[in-house]
Amino acid sequence: MAQTFEEISASDFFYRNRDIAGFTNPSRAIFAAIRELVENSLDAAESGKITPDIYVRLSFEGEATKETQIYKLRVEDNGCGIQPKFIPSAFGQVLYGSKYKLKQMRGTFGLGGKMAVLYGQITTHQPAFVTSSTGTAKIYQFKLMMDIQRNRPIVLDRKVQINKEQWHGTIVEFTLEGDYLRAMPKIIEYFKQTAMVNPYANLTFVDPKGRLYKFVRGTTKMPEPPKETLPHPYGVDVELLQRLIQITADKNMLDFLRHHFHRVGQITAQKFLDFAALSPSKNPKRLSHEEIVRLMQNLKKFREFLPPDASCLSPLGEELLKAGIEKELKPEYLVVHQRKPSTYAGHPFIIEMGIAYGGEIPKRGSFIIYRFANRIPLLYDEASDVSYKVITSMNWRRYKVSPDMPIGIVVHICSTKVPYKTVGKEFIADRPEVRREIANAIREIGRELQHFLSRQEHVHMEKRRLGVFSKYLPKIAQFSSTLAGKQKLPDIERLLKSVQKYGIEEEA
Amino acid sequence: MESKKKHKTSIAEKKSEVVGKLKEFGTKVYGQLDNGEFPTIAMPSRSTENINYDPIARQYILGDKNVSRSARNIRHVKPFTQLTWAAMFSNELTTQRKTSTLRDVYYSAQAYEMTFTDQQESNNIITDLETLTGFAREDFNIFPEERSAIFGDLTIGYTVPGYEGKTLNLTSHPDGVLIGPALTSAELVSTKADKVIAIEKGALFTRFIEENVHNKHNALLISTSGQAPRQTRSFIRRLNKELNLPVYIFTDGDPWGMHIAMVIISGSANAAHLRELNTPDAKWSGVWASDIVDYKLPTDPLDEVDIKRLYELQKDPRYQNDPLWQREIKTFLKIKRKAEQEAFSRYGLTYIVDEYLPTKLKET
Repeated sequence: MAQTFEEISASDFFYRNRDIAGFTNPSRAIFAAIRELVENSLDAAESGKITPDIYVRLSFEGEATKETQIYKLRVEDNGCGIQPKFIPSAFGQVLYGSKYKLKQMRGTFGLGGKMAVLYGQITTHQPAFVTSSTGTAKIYQFKLMMDIQRNRPIVLDRKVQINKEQWHGTIVEFTLEGDYLRAMPKIIEYFKQTAMVNPYANLTFVDPKGRLYKFVRGTTKMPEPPKETLPHPYGVDVELLQRLIQITADKNMLDFLRHHFHRVGQITAQKFLDFAALSPSKNPKRLSHEEIVRLMQNLKKFREFLPPDASCLSPLGEELLKAGIEKELKPEYLVVHQRKPSTYAGHPFIIEMGIAYGGEIPKRGSFIIYRFANRIPLLYDEASDVSYKVITSMNWRRYKVSPDMPIGIVVHICSTKVPYKTVGKEFIADRPEVRREIANAIREIGRELQHFLSRQEHVHMEKRRLGVFSKYLPKIAQFSSTLAGKQKLPDIERLLKSVQKYGIEEEA
Repeated sequence: MESKKKHKTSIAEKKSEVVGKLKEFGTKVYGQLDNGEFPTIAMPSRSTENINYDPIARQYILGDKNVSRSARNIRHVKPFTQLTWAAMFSNELTTQRKTSTLRDVYYSAQAYEMTFTDQQESNNIITDLETLTGFAREDFNIFPEERSAIFGDLTIGYTVPGYEGKTLNLTSHPDGVLIGPALTSAELVSTKADKVIAIEKGALFTRFIEENVHNKHNALLISTSGQAPRQTRSFIRRLNKELNLPVYIFTDGDPWGMHIAMVIISGSANAAHLRELNTPDAKWSGVWASDIVDYKLPTDPLDEVDIKRLYELQKDPRYQNDPLWQREIKTFLKIKRKAEQEAFSRYGLTYIVDEYLPTKLKET
């Protein structure tokens, strides 16, 4: 029996499999659309070292089905803008993007914004409008649709305006079908958490009911932007090796290793070639397929490569993380900790954690966990996340902490390749290296929290102690004076002072 | 009338002793505070292991173990304050000759911003004060709510304000006279009675008055209304000690009635810190287990708690003095029956007065 094989385009593939990109149902889709565009906007601002101002408006357009409505979504940013020649592809072609180099970025699949537009098109058959300027004299406005089968943008209209104010940024507007009422709690939570982990951003959201949610930046400091890096030897596969060999201009293995791999210099390269029994002068283009496979295996086995440095990562840093949590959670006490860079499978990553206690944090009977990856909040599938597993399996009693305390725990992982379990990017896979770093970070902040709690308990006890004595000693004085028939009350100041002095000594 | 004079001094003397003790406590605390010390006091421990039976005094007494209360201790400072307040309050009551109740103490404290968590807490503090001073709360003019009654030819002389010098003969009201603060603080002026009969049940007490028992047997009648209140026990003791009247106790024929008699005779463990509440020479005259057999009284079976109680009483040191108790406990356990005082009604309303009572008085 003959089988028909049909090649499908990337956009067709995602059209048929939109679940894996997070557009599972009408409520999830509207959340995913907002989220993907906001993240693009944040990236666009940060890559231009601009403190982001992002405005999101969702407006009601009409009923679609019993449970879903048509909404118009508009997202404006003040980012670096997109050059006009890239605009159609950037929004009308799936897997086209600026995100295939090795540095920490929010998106990793080059899907997000396009998926949103694609979803809008398939649910409402309306074009998308994209307006952008890189700050030049002109503003370009495109009216776009996507040819799903061929994965090509169709430009319906193109306008050019004069950019008098040297505006830079991007505005995306399109219609989509969704269920805002059900999505609302997650969307609001998303903005709140995004504000927490991007404390230098202004976020504004106007919902279909006209309600305004405003998250004002708490600082104008921004983290160091990540640098692009070469792949680390531990992280390469055969496919990548073959591509590198294809593009390289180097004529020998020594230069090839030095030029195409992260943290490989003359000495390391030589040592490695000795280890792998390869001649330094061998032309990489002459490597047989078997040799390439062996090279890949040896790259993974060799123990003397330096670990990847973290310059390609852009962690928030303790100061900014603190500012963000302070601003959004308003806790009584907060401690943050950034781990040193670490790696899993050749990919560098950094764990940053914070633990916030009291203040406006509610008591829930369990810890409130805020999970972030490359400054994106992760709002779904909490129980599958490695951080949830580490946090819940921790022996918190050792830190005098119990889940019925008002405690929020913030986990931020940043990496050139966040170990997501799914394309939907909702939870972090249980990698032993990641698990270990999270556990170590918890121990660090747990200890600090414990100090705070016992200090607080102590102060509290001393206060209570003093309170009890200053309540009762004067009464004993009064009653005993009456009983003894004395006119003058005994001097109890000394006694009260002795209680107080004792307290201060113990506190110190 | 020699005894009358003696007793008048006894009441007044006791009052001044009580006031003296309270002032002594106040002065000590005042002095310690003024010296910059945390006030500390010691008093006998009332824990179970420090309660012993004294066969000579024929009552429970406290042993040598002391506990100390210090205002330095965060857990003690509140009860210490409450104790000081209770002493001050008692001093006021006593010197101003006013009376109060345990319930009243609990509420009065609130006027001084000295709240007690509950009635039990305030009762405990009063017991502390009793232990500390060795005087019963009635001596501080703090009385329980419960009241019992007395009837018979006894003339008392009041000492309470407004009634000083007035006298009353306790036959003047046929329901009996409440044994309250005014009565217990009165002097015992004169009596023609030659015995005291204490009766567990109010109904029988009334029957006895109707049947003229007080005249027929020349007795003072007391209704204990169940377990005799401490002031009643103390008053019975005074009748016994000051007027040399023998005391006969009539209760129901069951372990509980038996123990009502025993507490009048030998006191209770709860009041081990106090003396002079018991009447060691008082007699339990019935209803005995053997009476149930001898008089063929209508009975009920003993239930489980009754039997358990009998075994407890069998081991109680207070029940070791007189073979009567052990014999009756055994009889109860043998016949496994109990009878109320009213059971005698099967022989007619006056049988208990005309036949049973005289026999028993003679017997005991």
